[in-house]
Amino acid sequence: MEKQYETVIGLEVHVELATKTKIFCGCSTAFGGAPNTHTCPVCTGMPGTLPVLNGQVLEYAVAVGLATNCSITRYCKFDRKNYFYPDNPQNYQISQLYLPICRNGHVDIETEGGVKSIGIHEIHMEEDAGKLIHDEWEDVSLVDYNRSGVPLIEIVSEPDMRNAQEVIAYLEKLRMTIQYLGASDCKLNEGSMRADVNLSVREVGSTELGTRTEMKNLNSFRAITRAITGERERQIELLERGESVVQETRRWDDAREVSYAMRSKEDAQDYRYFPDPDLVPIQLDDAFIERVRAGQPEFREEKMERYRREFDIPDYDTRIITGSKHMADLFEATVELCHQPKKVSNWLMGETLRLLKEREMDPEDIRFTPAHFAKLIDLTERKVINTTVAKEVFEEMFDRDVDPEGYVEDKGLKMVGDGNALRKTVEEVIAANPQSVADYRGGKEKAIGFLVGQTMKAMKGKADPASVNQLLKELL
Amino acid sequence: MAHVIDDETIEYVGILAKLELSEEEREQAKKDMGSMLDYIDKLGELDTTDIEPMSHVFPVQNVFREDVVTSGDMREQMLANAPQEKDGMFVVPKTFEG
Amino acid sequence: MTDKEITGGVAREILAYTAVELGKAIHEGKVTAVEAMEAVFKQIERKEAEIHAYVTIDKDTALQKAAQIQKRIEAGELQGSLAGVPVAIKDNLCTEGMRTTCSSRILENFVPTFSAEAVSRLEEAGAVIVGKTNMDEFAMGSTTETSAFGVTKNPWNTAHVPGGSSGGSAAAVAAEECFFALGSDTGGSIRQPAAYCGVVGMKPTYGTVSRYGLVAYGSSLDQIGPLAKDVTDCATVLEIIAAHDAKDSTSMKREDVDFTSALVEDVKGLRIGIPRDYFGEGLDTEVKSAVLAAAKVLEQAGAVVEEFDLSLVEYAIPTYYTIAAAEASSNLERFDGIKYGYRTADFNGLHDMYKKTRSEGFGAEVKRRIMLGSFVLSSGYYDAYYLKALRVKALIKQAFDAAFARYDVILGPVAPTTAPGLGESLADPLKMYLGDIYTISANLAGLPGISLPCGKDGRGLPIGLQLLGDCFQEKKLIQCAYTYEKKRGPFGLSV
Repeated sequence: MEKQYETVIGLEVHVELATKTKIFCGCSTAFGGAPNTHTCPVCTGMPGTLPVLNGQVLEYAVAVGLATNCSITRYCKFDRKNYFYPDNPQNYQISQLYLPICRNGHVDIETEGGVKSIGIHEIHMEEDAGKLIHDEWEDVSLVDYNRSGVPLIEIVSEPDMRNAQEVIAYLEKLRMTIQYLGASDCKLNEGSMRADVNLSVREVGSTELGTRTEMKNLNSFRAITRAITGERERQIELLERGESVVQETRRWDDAREVSYAMRSKEDAQDYRYFPDPDLVPIQLDDAFIERVRAGQPEFREEKMERYRREFDIPDYDTRIITGSKHMADLFEATVELCHQPKKVSNWLMGETLRLLKEREMDPEDIRFTPAHFAKLIDLTERKVINTTVAKEVFEEMFDRDVDPEGYVEDKGLKMVGDGNALRKTVEEVIAANPQSVADYRGGKEKAIGFLVGQTMKAMKGKADPASVNQLLKELL
Repeated sequence: MAHVIDDETIEYVGILAKLELSEEEREQAKKDMGSMLDYIDKLGELDTTDIEPMSHVFPVQNVFREDVVTSGDMREQMLANAPQEKDGMFVVPKTFEG
Repeated sequence: MTDKEITGGVAREILAYTAVELGKAIHEGKVTAVEAMEAVFKQIERKEAEIHAYVTIDKDTALQKAAQIQKRIEAGELQGSLAGVPVAIKDNLCTEGMRTTCSSRILENFVPTFSAEAVSRLEEAGAVIVGKTNMDEFAMGSTTETSAFGVTKNPWNTAHVPGGSSGGSAAAVAAEECFFALGSDTGGSIRQPAAYCGVVGMKPTYGTVSRYGLVAYGSSLDQIGPLAKDVTDCATVLEIIAAHDAKDSTSMKREDVDFTSALVEDVKGLRIGIPRDYFGEGLDTEVKSAVLAAAKVLEQAGAVVEEFDLSLVEYAIPTYYTIAAAEASSNLERFDGIKYGYRTADFNGLHDMYKKTRSEGFGAEVKRRIMLGSFVLSSGYYDAYYLKALRVKALIKQAFDAAFARYDVILGPVAPTTAPGLGESLADPLKMYLGDIYTISANLAGLPGISLPCGKDGRGLPIGLQLLGDCFQEKKLIQCAYTYEKKRGPFGLSV
């Protein structure tokens, strides 16, 4: 009988924290600067420089730890991880091995088989490395240290996941939690969230863990899914052939859908960790932890509960809206202003999602303000503009955050509220289209649509189609 | 206990420390490291059960910076000492990942 | 600027001043900062070829700065006691715009973009940098012979070493090629060369002087301190450079850094302990009798002097070399031929570049310690060596705590012998390491220590007296050293 295999997966997730400055120096963490313009003697490893910890990094790390049910290490330290690589200016990375800031947590994910708890082994703080760019003309690489020293937390899970769906659910859960905390924007494609997959296989029923490999360079959920499938198959094939899996780090090439070992005889994988003598220990008291706990936001589950209680909107809408902290904030702030949860939700579900998709944007990238959004809803509610115009205004607001009121005013998009003007136009349309009038009177209800269209055209769109319809019926 | 440092150990430490020793240096290093380790073994005479390793002499704790940007564009200075630079970056031999 | 030609005689007069005396003379208008600097360069012309105390000297800049400082003194902007006084800086302290080599080939052309905090504080006080002094490469050595840029010679007898690693700083002060100098002390690197060169050197309590800008050797042990002509200069310099610095997480906030207030001739009732363990086998008899004679002087001045057993002394060296080598192996990883410093000419790929650059750039002693340090941190040995050493360090600290519960000051020799002859020490590294036995514990326990001359041996080489204090008790040390210095009378410099 063919052997059945089970996949065992643990994740190491790196998250770039949303601090203004780097973890050990006052350089900006802003994206997109020209190479090496966000560097200083500290983050380029100049001789004589010393690190000083950014207090906000600690707060974020503790906040993530509390949100993932970890116990917070009251006395923690930084260690040096020693390895030579050009993206690492000191040739050691300041990280935490012996006393990481958070330990023994868990998060619950929803799976086909119900709710499952995924254990978190530890969370530690560390510094990011610089970027290596391959030169296009010469056979060399170039180093940009702008990212060197950007604060990271590494969230190490227990090997509790069994398939790609669970991995994605776990990552989604982490992303959501951390976004809700405002501790990171968690973008896989921009590298502010990165996942390394530790994977092994074993025969179903076995309780021993197989030899695992670590897969790196996974920058989308798709890549993660494919890498898991690929690695599972590779390991099973090895075992079936009677060979054994080598514990190693592998790099996933998503374009070719293969992985290859990153082994080198020059890599001893012996990091010689020891406590960094340049940084002093951190001793956290209850007051600090309680302060961070008090600052924890309402997370998604609680928010969904509350939406169900407070707002009469479909459950589907609640899920989509709370799926992004930014969208939920926008929703709540707008409702606060216009008291129309249903309308706000409709705009989000309809036009907003459509435009996000069209523009290839994340909900986190929405730029328009609740004030403008509320004004737009108000304009439509008061029938100052009709739905068609509203959509046009919305798109302007979505792209450039224009003030709908001003925009409608400037472009002269207001509906013509003057009854006489409308009545006059309708009368003219009736007079000019005897055939349609006859059709309508002859029982062809649809003919009225043409007359409405003609009226709207004559009014340059600035009329309420419902009123036009009503007036036409009246006059006919 | 007398430490005998073999070629393999010297080779391994060379990989860790990124040092390449000549034949002569290697022999000397084996001898020196062996005698230093013999000497360090003296510490084994002391009972240190229940003694916490002391990495910092003073109980200074919780030294933090505020999350405020304090440095601007220093690229030119940072590159001033580089053996080789190009396009505002440090030039290194081609790396594995490219 | 002065039009006065500095004649040999005037220069001699100026050079005879201590740093504080010179500062006073400048304030009083008797001497200008430029004249002082010119006197120093005259002396450098006379002495430097023989002594080789400096790695880098920038005469033009030094004279320009001296002129600027003189103007500011005259304008009343600078009133500190060291304004206009020429200072030499050990070459492991970063100086903005001035080459900082750590006496290593790997940093031969490195020009820092910022100055070490201690250097900046001196410059703000108006001191003017003469140049950068020679040292053992990356401060690893006890003789200044491991420098990649040639050996420094002891001004008292040029067939002997000046000690190390701050040998250039000690020799520059002793040869009057500056008025005072900064050094760094990781295992005795200020106190021992001060002893060998007959000057005063002090290592303050760990965390008292910011390490920002000091190229790290053993980060948990390194401290910057002064080398000076007398205790008064030493206290004055320390008062200027001691300050909390937000750029150094291990920097201490101290209120009691008014060290010159301790320049008081009084040791009545001061409890001085003499560790028997410091006077056993290996200690030169001339050194021993000079140090004990100094203790007698203090006793006669009213101090209560007593012998005691410190214990654990023989464990300090293996503990020190394990910790210092481990930290050094990591601290020196950044020298890789990418961001600054030396890069090998021919290489095949990244790792070959690393290996060749570092193997060609570092000298033998540095490589030896990097190898040892990498080994004691490596997988399987970390607990047995590194953690064990950190545990013994805790025991050593406890032993000192017990001693300082009974004594204000611990008195002993600085080194087992006077300055060895050139070339005598490097042949047997372990033997050289054993010479650090009396100084090393202060670094492990974070204690302040001062070294000052207390006699000469039969060959006329200076002998050093070491006083160790409890953490933050520099003032007791300064008061004790100052009193001894007064009782002893002038010691004189090598010239």
